[in-house]
Amino acid sequence: MSEASAHMRASDIAGPGDYFDLLKPRVMSLVIFTAFVGMVAAPGAMHPALAAISLLAIALGAGASGALNMWWDADIDAVMTRTARRPVPAGRVPRAEAAAFGWFLSALAVALLALASNYVAAGLLAFTIFFYVVVYSMWLKRATPQNIVIGGAAGALPPVVGWAAVSGATPLDAWVLFAIIFLWTPPHFWALALFKQGDYERAGVPMMPVVKGAASTRRQIFAYSIILAIAGVSPSVIGTTGVLYFAAAAALGAYFIYAAWKLLRAAEDDQRPAVHLFKFSILYLFALFAAIPIERWAGLHG
Amino acid sequence: MADKRPEKTDATKQRDRRNMAIALGLGAFIVLVFAVTILRIGGSVAERSF
Repeated sequence: MSEASAHMRASDIAGPGDYFDLLKPRVMSLVIFTAFVGMVAAPGAMHPALAAISLLAIALGAGASGALNMWWDADIDAVMTRTARRPVPAGRVPRAEAAAFGWFLSALAVALLALASNYVAAGLLAFTIFFYVVVYSMWLKRATPQNIVIGGAAGALPPVVGWAAVSGATPLDAWVLFAIIFLWTPPHFWALALFKQGDYERAGVPMMPVVKGAASTRRQIFAYSIILAIAGVSPSVIGTTGVLYFAAAAALGAYFIYAAWKLLRAAEDDQRPAVHLFKFSILYLFALFAAIPIERWAGLHG
Repeated sequence: MADKRPEKTDATKQRDRRNMAIALGLGAFIVLVFAVTILRIGGSVAERSF
């Protein structure tokens, strides 16, 4: 035992919990949820245990992406108050360890999904990780204010992966779920960026409010909220879901547009509408996706 | 009999916890792969034609 480490406090040394934090458990829970909904909505039967293992593999893949993102973005995380206490910027986990952990878990997750379901799902999971880590984290995030717009594709893929795990295919229905999350991402993150603008500015991340200003960002959020509300009801239009889902999506979409409108019309220094829209956007996605299994289990679909 | 080993430092304790987590993780992975194997072979074993 070296002299230096003997003098370190317990809180400075990585325990298993720090490695768990690298997986971004909160992002992971949303991925598990949307992938699960994709599995429920897909036609076909899967052994419940294989379905559970597939879901675990998808969750591991999402966690691995989180670890790789924290490896690559440690410099950004260190200067943002929201992320400065993460294991890598706080110095508990060395950067190289986060990278090794992330790449290893990625391979494990893709292999496990290939074994438990099929190669279509495993291939899509591998692509999701690649897109989030290489296309979003390494390339777009620091290069363009459209970073989270394009990068949102990674966050939107889990229901498609879930759908593929059960059915071995990715029909239009699955891609409509993809489209909903894809269109949800910009208003969600730009609302956050509006009231955390200082953080992103300090870190040199070209988020929309930093590059184009708050007024332009508010207009773009409003535009996206309208397209999102339309995409939100579309699963019922193409027959993926039924009337209950349609009613829920219409009500949620109408409120999303209302909240975005309030943000558009708010005084320039008023941060509350942005905070409100950000919080509602999380509820929106959760409630919308929850409506799909609820409708199925209530026997109200088909 | 008294334990003559030096008292463990915080760093050692944390390392032990990490090692235990790795062991449990690997063990879980082995169990999962075995379970997947059995589940996917499933009925095909009973229905084989030889």
